[in-house]
Amino acid sequence: MSGPGDVSGPGDAAVPAGRVEELLRRSAPRAVAALARRSGRFETAEDAVQEALLAAAEHWPREGVPDRPEAWLIRVASRRMTDLLRGEAAARRREERAAARVPPDERVAPAADAAADAAAGGDGTLTLLLLCCHPALTPPSQVALTLRAAGGLTTAEVARAFLVPEATMAQRIARAKQRIRAAGGRFAMPPAGERDARVRAVLRVLYLVFNEGYTASSGPELHRAELTGEAIRLARELHGLLPRDGEAAGLLALMLLTDARRPARTAADGSLVPLAEQDRGLWDRASIAEGTALVTRALARARLGPYQAQAAIAAVHAEAARAQDTDWPQIVALYELLERLDPGPVVRLNHAVAVAMARGPRAGLELLGPLAGDGRMARHHRLHAVRAHLLEMAGDGAGALAEFRAAARLTTSVPERRYLRGRAARLTG
Amino acid sequence: MKYLLLIYSNAENWEHPLFLRDPAFLALPPEERDALAARAEELFTEISESGELVAGTALGDPVTARTMRVRDGVPVATDGPFVETKEQLAGYVVVDCDSPERAAEIAARIPDARFAAVEVRPVMTASGLEM
Repeated sequence: MSGPGDVSGPGDAAVPAGRVEELLRRSAPRAVAALARRSGRFETAEDAVQEALLAAAEHWPREGVPDRPEAWLIRVASRRMTDLLRGEAAARRREERAAARVPPDERVAPAADAAADAAAGGDGTLTLLLLCCHPALTPPSQVALTLRAAGGLTTAEVARAFLVPEATMAQRIARAKQRIRAAGGRFAMPPAGERDARVRAVLRVLYLVFNEGYTASSGPELHRAELTGEAIRLARELHGLLPRDGEAAGLLALMLLTDARRPARTAADGSLVPLAEQDRGLWDRASIAEGTALVTRALARARLGPYQAQAAIAAVHAEAARAQDTDWPQIVALYELLERLDPGPVVRLNHAVAVAMARGPRAGLELLGPLAGDGRMARHHRLHAVRAHLLEMAGDGAGALAEFRAAARLTTSVPERRYLRGRAARLTG
Repeated sequence: MKYLLLIYSNAENWEHPLFLRDPAFLALPPEERDALAARAEELFTEISESGELVAGTALGDPVTARTMRVRDGVPVATDGPFVETKEQLAGYVVVDCDSPERAAEIAARIPDARFAAVEVRPVMTASGLEM
């Protein structure tokens, strides 16, 4: 591995690690795309860029960032790729006892359809995101591959964020790439008929990444909190690539509006603060303004979808100066819309809370009735937690106490359990 | 979501892989025993390759266990496991998977589920949603 000086002159020495990280994460998807497009070998290109990222993380902070960081990465990665392909070719020769058909050097030469690919996918970031969210993969594999290949995170960083050993994460990513290849996936824009479903898959993956980070609050899980920033960065990039996609805008808006509450959602001791009790002065006004503007524009112009509806709900919460100023009838109407667009038990629960706030607890409890018959929901802590809140609102202290206790036992989240036990204690005290 | 799969087995016939000397296993026709052992291999290859396997190990025989209790500040050791039962904790696997259904599926494919039991327990997280 050579130093940074061979592509361009070294820049300022002793660069802050944060700036190097940001540069690497921004450049990584374009480097993967450039190499994958040239070679037609996505898996090897992705491995080669990962090694170049590790080399850059070591060299740049010490020796300075090269003037053209992306070119540096591509140069180092393509050299590494030649080695990897030579190794693969040798292995294949041993297996087949036959000479490889194409010498490795020719394999990194531009592929014939590179120009068409470039025209379809801009700088290749969109093609890369769509490939990482290939339907042959499970959501956790899509998440892991997206963060490494398109997010420019190292395997160690992804592993740390998901609290698994690095070897486990490396295996998950390698397996994901094998599955894509086995399913015939290649580095090219999917056919027009599949593109929309693939974009929806990318949105879902970014939403999962965001939630992983947003729910992290303290202690050993703090590394996970970085994931919200990554998700917002990638969602912003996707919105830039697909400015007319209302759901891409809606998802970015939803993330910004949710993340705006982060400074208020945990107390100093790490315990969770419910929305109604949050200090709204701590909410990030700039994120709220940006998210609200995005969702307002999307709702006016694009086809409606669940992320826009959720973002609209978050925007209504955000515009209330105090919890008691919340426009609950509007939130109820938005949840009714969301239940039509994307029905599910969690939407139903939130809808029931909104109805209780707008029309009283009994109306909310009525909506919960059908959920109790659902076997999976009956063991879900959220159903019991919502019922507890609504029973407490209705003045049924004993009923609320039993439900808070049931919810506290069913949740697998330490801070949620602490919160639920606290609510139960208030009722007995 | 991470799950701890607790493998219980009759300690009389402890061996690794755990089920190999279980009388119920030994009573099976040889081809069925081979098939069961092969399926266990397959399962572990599958969850290692998929990146679902986080950790796992077999445990020593319960006769090697020591149970510690501290009473009035004095540590007291007794030989043997905390709970005296025929079926003892024989090993564990930690998996990180998509859903509780997938964790249950993996547990059911551990051969010991057929002879004794495999218990599925979710692992607590420090993450949580404001309510």
